[in-house]
Amino acid sequence: MNGPGMGPGRGRMSANAEKLSKEERSHVLLKMGMYLWRELPYLLIALVMMIVSSTLALFGPRLSSAAIGEIEKGANGLISWDDAIDNIVEKVILMVVLYLVSAIMSYALSIMMIFISKKITYRMRKQLFGKLISLPVGYFDTHQTGDIISRMSYDIDTVNASLSHDLLQIITSSYTVVFSFVMMCRVSIPLIFIFAITVPISIFFAKYRSKKVRPLFRLRSQRLGELNGYAEEMLSGHKTIKAYSSENAVVGEFDRLNDLTCEAYYNAEYQGSVMGPSMSLINNISISLVTLFGGILYMYSIGGAVGAASLLHMSIEKLNEFTQYSRKFSGPINEFGNIMNELHSAMSAAERVFKVLETEPELEDAKDAYVLTDVKGEVEIKNVTFGYVEGKTIIKDLNLKVKPGQTVAIVGPTGSGKTTIINLLMRFYDVNEGEIYIDGHEIRSVTRESLRGAFTMVLQDTWLFNSTIYENIAYGREGATEDEVIAAAKAAKIHHYIEALPDGYNTVLSDDGINISKGQKQLITIARAMLADSHMLILDEATSNVDSRTEQQIQAAMNKLRQGKTSFVIAHRLSTIQNADVILVIKDGVVIESGDHNSLLRSGGFYASLYNSQFSA
Amino acid sequence: MKYIIKHMLMHKKVALWGITLKTIATLAELALPLILEHIIDNVAPTGSLTMMILWGIAMILISVAAFLLHINANRLASLVARKSTLGIRHDLFNTTIRLSAADADRFTVPSLESRITSDTYNIHQFTGMILRMGIRAPILLFGGIFVTVFMDPVLTLVMVVLLPIIACSVFFISKKGVPLFTATQKKLDKMIGVLRENAVGIRVIKALTKYDYEKRRFDDANKEHVKSEKIASMTMASVNPIMNAVLNIGTTLVIFFGAYRVMGKQMEPGAIISFIQFFTMISTSMMAVTRIFVMYSKASASANRVAEVIETPESLLAEKIEDYPCRSREYHVEFKDVSFSYNGKINNIDNVSFALKRGEKLGIIGATGSGKSTLIYLLMRFYDVDSGGIYIDGRDIRTYDKETLHKMFGVALQNDFIRNGSIEDNIRFDRELSREQIEKGSRLAQARDFIEDKEGGFDFVLNSKGTNLSGGQRQRILVSRALSGDPDILILDDSSSALDYKTDAALRKAIFSEMNSSTVFIVAQRVSSVMQCDRILVLDEGMPIAYGTHDELIETCEIYKEISMSQMGGEVE
Repeated sequence: MNGPGMGPGRGRMSANAEKLSKEERSHVLLKMGMYLWRELPYLLIALVMMIVSSTLALFGPRLSSAAIGEIEKGANGLISWDDAIDNIVEKVILMVVLYLVSAIMSYALSIMMIFISKKITYRMRKQLFGKLISLPVGYFDTHQTGDIISRMSYDIDTVNASLSHDLLQIITSSYTVVFSFVMMCRVSIPLIFIFAITVPISIFFAKYRSKKVRPLFRLRSQRLGELNGYAEEMLSGHKTIKAYSSENAVVGEFDRLNDLTCEAYYNAEYQGSVMGPSMSLINNISISLVTLFGGILYMYSIGGAVGAASLLHMSIEKLNEFTQYSRKFSGPINEFGNIMNELHSAMSAAERVFKVLETEPELEDAKDAYVLTDVKGEVEIKNVTFGYVEGKTIIKDLNLKVKPGQTVAIVGPTGSGKTTIINLLMRFYDVNEGEIYIDGHEIRSVTRESLRGAFTMVLQDTWLFNSTIYENIAYGREGATEDEVIAAAKAAKIHHYIEALPDGYNTVLSDDGINISKGQKQLITIARAMLADSHMLILDEATSNVDSRTEQQIQAAMNKLRQGKTSFVIAHRLSTIQNADVILVIKDGVVIESGDHNSLLRSGGFYASLYNSQFSA
Repeated sequence: MKYIIKHMLMHKKVALWGITLKTIATLAELALPLILEHIIDNVAPTGSLTMMILWGIAMILISVAAFLLHINANRLASLVARKSTLGIRHDLFNTTIRLSAADADRFTVPSLESRITSDTYNIHQFTGMILRMGIRAPILLFGGIFVTVFMDPVLTLVMVVLLPIIACSVFFISKKGVPLFTATQKKLDKMIGVLRENAVGIRVIKALTKYDYEKRRFDDANKEHVKSEKIASMTMASVNPIMNAVLNIGTTLVIFFGAYRVMGKQMEPGAIISFIQFFTMISTSMMAVTRIFVMYSKASASANRVAEVIETPESLLAEKIEDYPCRSREYHVEFKDVSFSYNGKINNIDNVSFALKRGEKLGIIGATGSGKSTLIYLLMRFYDVDSGGIYIDGRDIRTYDKETLHKMFGVALQNDFIRNGSIEDNIRFDRELSREQIEKGSRLAQARDFIEDKEGGFDFVLNSKGTNLSGGQRQRILVSRALSGDPDILILDDSSSALDYKTDAALRKAIFSEMNSSTVFIVAQRVSSVMQCDRILVLDEGMPIAYGTHDELIETCEIYKEISMSQMGGEVE
């Protein structure tokens, strides 16, 4: 895995929460909206349920005021107590029914919203994952796994929490606000004017605060990602850290990042939590004013100064209804304050997710891309120049012609660009200049799938996933039978080892499983490669972790694997490659010698000195 | 949960302040409906405008006071949350990084990772919320009850009947919630596991065009997680409607009984209004309580997961020296009848004995899976031997404290770990080494030249996992790390496999000529890497099958001879 040098600067300390521009913000909103849009039918059902449930709940105060009105009438002797009680009972029963239905509806509504939000999370995760594996290899070489994981787990969770909770809240609240407002208008127009002053103040204030708070939430997401990146990185070096007793230093650095993360969280949370009480304040002031003016009107009304027909007339019943609705009216506005915070964090989180979703994937195959079939294995590399970063050429003007079935060995000092050639052949990276042909087709005009499918690859860095050994071998070819899997394991000389395990082929290779050495892992990947039946082969230090005795034992199988296939072999152990048809010696990205083993030895150049060095102890 | 509380208690002064402020603020809010009642029932009938306005102003002042108190209380709450999370996360990471290798294997890395990130995040959210909302809501609740008792004890009975119903249902549901959320977190671990594998193995996946397979694998994990989360959320979602229904029905009962009370001239109609206001207030704060309970279940599940790691007893502590008899100090490192098994079934190391004097070099060679690395892990006490003993300077390694023990080693392991940081930082690896020592180490490791070719030389910043180095360069950084600082014991576990023979030979030459004071362990595949060693140990399936010098082994050990021939003899013309 001769990685690209993205150079310094990708430090984890690049935390700089610049403000998001307006366009970017609306872009994120639009994208989130698009996720919702796809659930429109469900959302509409939810909306109906919500309206029914809220309406029912909102009629509560009306009924209760009416009941209180009856009580008052009874108390004042306007109607007989029996009539009053009858009226009250009727209203009370109605209220009970109403509230019960409302509760059932609201539960159904919650379920609906959970359903929708989980659907969206599921899709978001699926898309993010799909996107991630479509990204060029370079993305993973330059991004911390922990940060990628943080986007997948924490960021999407945040968006999810916000969708399932806030969305519902916003819709319900908006509805409650409108409904309460209408009801209040019906009760008393003059008192409404109090809200004409306080509501704009709330809105203005909320806008001002969110401007201030938004970047804090972005910083919070970012810091958390960095912390996760660090944690993941260090956990992967658990043993080495132990070996050097460097726990204290590592924990020290973690503490520093932890402190930054907690601080960012604190700032966002604290600044965000100012919103709630502020809204409460404006609220309480509104209610105080309503009480004050309502009380004054009530005072004049019972004093007879205001006629019953007047707009200004106020009864205890009306005052009760108005204050109840004004609580309902301002309650949601209060909640908006809290919701704003969650929306901010959801926005920052969504932004981080969308950023990945919008990363350029591997260039799409051309529409008329050729599908390689029946690959003969003729490879031509023509004037290829390549560097991972601009200005740093790794491969310079490389030329190579390989006939079908030939074995090409690439040798050279480390860092000379051997693995880079493989990266180019597999199109993990695209060449800067020149062309690569397979069977006469330029590889960029061929579908990636058929190109990569034409190769079987065994790398130095073994990769096994958390599943059974069987699954890991069968991974090499879809639909491989059990016999084929076992045959491959036998050929790779790993069958006996597997059989000796308590669970045999069903042994689960747990993450970083300790009970299996690197060499054994490599044998499993070789078995995997043996299953694949492609026409070209790449062996990049494929047996470097296998001892030479075992290597010799699997040599026959390896030869069989190579038979009739165009093979590219990188190996330090020169015994592995001396039978190659062509040996390329590269140094600093340039081919300095080429030929077969004997001719290279005779010429007495770099290869010869390399070869001889292995016998001098 | 106990764990969170313990951490929050560490900041109890701040927390108490916050709670006090919050309590006062909430009480102030409670006063508002009381004033409302007072105005309607007592002030309005008197017709005094001045009194009206005075009471109105009082309400506004109280609102402002409540505002200021709330803000400060919130700040303190956030502060407590910040401090306790800082502590919890520190403890967790600190324990995690010190977990014994066996414990870490048991938890698995993805799970440990999500505990550090996702779980502590849940806890952070909860601690802040509990102090902000968890104070206000109960006060509104109990304050409401308290006030209403004075207003009208009979109507309060309604509440007294209803509360146990609410309490029971909330208790029952949240009790169900904790295991559900635990299950959800577990599923999350699994999903993260798949993602992590993909991030690491992207080349293989691309080479085999396994997109669909991997997508399916992820999809399964994703589905399971969503399903588990759905069940948890749906369970928790029932709290809210139940509470609302019960409270609202309470309101109707208040009206109903209130009517009789008014009829009996035992209370004023205005009292019913403020009674209902309290009910509304309580039901609003109940919404907050619901959210707290959801958070509680989630945080409690997370706290258990965190505590599980933190409470893992620290294993492999230094044992009492009296219990482990010393041996002669003649040898620097000695293995005496060492046996060890990972799974307790098959011995991975079987009865290995050897002894090295200070400065001697041991080569370990053997087939893949023969236990070479395990031997090294035992020497470094990543695992404890099952029987026998390992001695350094005659003292059993179990009697050294970890730090002292590990300070003796310079080691390059197989699992090459390179972290995001400069080359110098990666070589120093938090030890007290001078720049000269680092330069010397890198020179011996044959890394000096390529390091100096890099932009910024030793300051060149490496990507994590060293993705901006070639395989051989990476290995030489690791070897530089091992060689720097003249360790007592140098361990090179197959750390020249990516080097070409020339570099490898130069490296060996440097080690043998300049690392004279170090006792050296070289684990290798190549005979050429170990043939100069004073002693060579040949392992086969954990058993020592031969021990001696190169020349002796060539004569006496068939397997060694075979390996040697295959690598050096045979094909040479």
